[in-house]
Amino acid sequence: MSAPRRPLPAWAEIAALPLINIALAFVTVGIIVRIIGVDPFHALRFLVLGAIGSSEAIGYTLYYTTNFIFTGLAVAVAFHAGLFNIGGEGQAYIGGLGCGLAILAFDHFLPAWAMIPLAIAAATLFGAAWAAVPAWLQAWRGSHIVITTIMFNFVASALMVYLMVNVLIAPGSMTPQSRNFTASGKLPSMQEVLAAVGIQVAPSALNLSIVLAVFCCVGVWVFLWHTPWGYELRTMGHNPEAAVYAGTSIKRTTMLAMCLSGALAGFVGVNELMGVHQRIVLDFPAGYGFAGIAVALMGRSHPLGIVLAALLFGALQQGGAELAFEIPAITREMVVVIQGLIILFSGALAHLPRPWLQWMLALFASPRSGEVPAKRAEG
Amino acid sequence: MTAIPAIELQGIQKSFGNVHAVRGVSLRIEKGAITGIVGENGAGKSTLMSILYGLYHADAGEIRVEGRAVRMENPRDAIAQGIGMVHQHFMLVGTFTVLENLVLGAEGGALLAGGLAAARAELARLAREYGLAVDPDALVADLSVGEQQRVEILKVLFRGARILILDEPSAVLTPQETDQLFRILATLRERGVTVVLITHKLREIMAATDHVYVMRQGQIVADRRTADTSPEELAELMVGRKVLMQLDKAPKRPGDVLLQADHLTLVDERGVRLLDDVGLELRAGEIVGIAGVSGNGQTELLQVLSGIRAPTGGRLVVRGRTIDPHHPTDPAEMRDLGVAHVPEDRLRQGMVAAFQAAETSILGYQEEPPFCRHYLMDGPAVGAHCAVLMERFDVRPRAPGLRSSSFSGGNQQKLVLAREMAREPKVLLVGQPTRGVDIGAIEFIHRELLKSRDQGCAVLVISVELDEILALADRILVMFAGRIVGEVPAGRADERTLGLMMAGAAPALSEVEGP
Repeated sequence: MSAPRRPLPAWAEIAALPLINIALAFVTVGIIVRIIGVDPFHALRFLVLGAIGSSEAIGYTLYYTTNFIFTGLAVAVAFHAGLFNIGGEGQAYIGGLGCGLAILAFDHFLPAWAMIPLAIAAATLFGAAWAAVPAWLQAWRGSHIVITTIMFNFVASALMVYLMVNVLIAPGSMTPQSRNFTASGKLPSMQEVLAAVGIQVAPSALNLSIVLAVFCCVGVWVFLWHTPWGYELRTMGHNPEAAVYAGTSIKRTTMLAMCLSGALAGFVGVNELMGVHQRIVLDFPAGYGFAGIAVALMGRSHPLGIVLAALLFGALQQGGAELAFEIPAITREMVVVIQGLIILFSGALAHLPRPWLQWMLALFASPRSGEVPAKRAEG
Repeated sequence: MTAIPAIELQGIQKSFGNVHAVRGVSLRIEKGAITGIVGENGAGKSTLMSILYGLYHADAGEIRVEGRAVRMENPRDAIAQGIGMVHQHFMLVGTFTVLENLVLGAEGGALLAGGLAAARAELARLAREYGLAVDPDALVADLSVGEQQRVEILKVLFRGARILILDEPSAVLTPQETDQLFRILATLRERGVTVVLITHKLREIMAATDHVYVMRQGQIVADRRTADTSPEELAELMVGRKVLMQLDKAPKRPGDVLLQADHLTLVDERGVRLLDDVGLELRAGEIVGIAGVSGNGQTELLQVLSGIRAPTGGRLVVRGRTIDPHHPTDPAEMRDLGVAHVPEDRLRQGMVAAFQAAETSILGYQEEPPFCRHYLMDGPAVGAHCAVLMERFDVRPRAPGLRSSSFSGGNQQKLVLAREMAREPKVLLVGQPTRGVDIGAIEFIHRELLKSRDQGCAVLVISVELDEILALADRILVMFAGRIVGEVPAGRADERTLGLMMAGAAPALSEVEGP
């Protein structure tokens, strides 16, 4: 047994520790890249340029970031309630289905200003509903949410394949995708929006969903820390017994947390289907739901941290694609390894450098005066 | 005394981060005697003993056992030196027999049979020698708490301990069981065993020990022969100032019945009757104390009265609202009815350790103005409210932004109490008001509870500390096995009778209340 884990100063907790984690990950990646015979600095250059080297690259990076923000927030909201939602993948899928169905049903009649909010509302509803079932099972039947949400990912996947192949497929099409949305069912791209105010950027997949993502970040922050429901949700996450004592219904709060979580994940469907594909396709969640766990973990479940983590993940996604394209020795699989290592270091091994950092801080703090930290702890 | 002491500590230091838990402690524990170490919670007694038992490493200092300097790397080293520890919470496997528990960790070979036979013989010897009779084949779960503690002591002796450390051994015992324990300790002393008794209860120090060390803020502040000291002196030494041992209590002026329970019954899913036909009434302006050994239904009674659990039978009337199995309530509604609840276990129920003190100070009231307006919480108002509570209840440090877990036990309790009393409730339910609280804070908390009573609040105090019940209550109800087995007016209560009732062994002084 040793002394209990001492908290680090806030700046070290928020900034230094994640940066050290990322640095460690990059060193490890560098060694691996060296082993397969590529100059690590050469590779790093392509990775960075690929992610932020041009306005097109930045556009794609931000487009990926949008998805990571949605799923990162989804995981974080559930996590604050003490629930581990690993069903973001399925919730994104079904949220997209809701969005797509709304558009397919109404895009011939409704103008864009009505169609877009309606489609977003449908994504919210469907994503929330897909998360509500595991939440209900947990709250009333005691089925563990980790098990049920992961199973619901498979159910969602199978359901979508069935629907796409048998129901929603466009007549005469050979590939399982719906008919194209009409113009009113299309979320304007960032290029169009910026051009309207006189800023020229290269075309990319980036669309107005990123505004929705920023709005969600602020909304989640206000909800969690500035409303009584957020307070109750966090109380339940930290200490369910105290929540019961305080008169909070565990069942209701579980439902609330999961529905919010599912709705946030469902917005991936908005970005992908209404923003990019402009029809319902298969497999658009592409692992964003799972990556959201790492994003939330790395962002310490705080909206601001999630934005930063999502930017990193978005950059890796985009830069990694460019890297695989430019250096043949680094395959797509290798890029996944690199991303995996970064997730490993910033997620599972996040506290690895903590004792070293503590030791370093103690080293710098002690020569001046031992009294300084003692006073801070009391005040 | 010139004899070599059983244990000698020299200049022991231990810090956790910036907290100096033990600073330069030196003491001698004489062989074949009972030495008490007394001090408030957080004074460093348990840390000191954990160092001696090898659970913690001292930063500096020397440990000598029977004259030899030793290093304790882990409890195994301590056991090898003949030191054994009986923990406050028993480390027993309920579904094992006494004998099986005894050999746990010292099974003696790949097959159990040989070890068990040897253990049986050894157990018989120990029982003879020390007068510790326990049926070796009884299941531990079937034993009384006092007997379980005896098994713990046997376990330690079985390992060959000649030095026995007991950490708050009476926390779970009735007064009679405690006396029995002290008789056992006296027998052990006669047989040459050295006993170290850690406690914060002065009565026990006076009753059981030969010698006492007083600890305060990590240091030994006094060293007395028990015969030469008094509880008043020890209390003063522990706190560092004069302590009022007696409360000034105005005569009660009971008013209307604010809470009434009739035939309240709670049966859990497995069919265990946790509460059995409980009847009680709380009147404005009185304190009703519920005495009992912990685990006899007090926790469940508090849960039902505060709306956390619905009763399975009977009914509860709170200020005109009737609660029965068909009309359950919830803690939020009870709060609206003016029932405040200070839970038994503040860390697990009454607060959120990771929250700021300000957030903890509105737990349960988060949807009420001024904390919440137009669906948004008002952070500054919450902080200001917390600052006021801290000022009124002298919570230290006065830092609404500090994590709740960073406060000491007494200050946490004062914060929870402040929160519940701030709304001037009509009914105040208090579970273990001073568990883990310093003597200085106990005095304060007791005075605040009396003040509430005098202002016309109906107060229910549930406590395992009989002294506390005797000091506070106007009427005392005794709980045993989920039932209220008797009621005693405060003036006629004494420890012995209450103790017998708590053990389920004595008739009530007056009839059980209710039909």
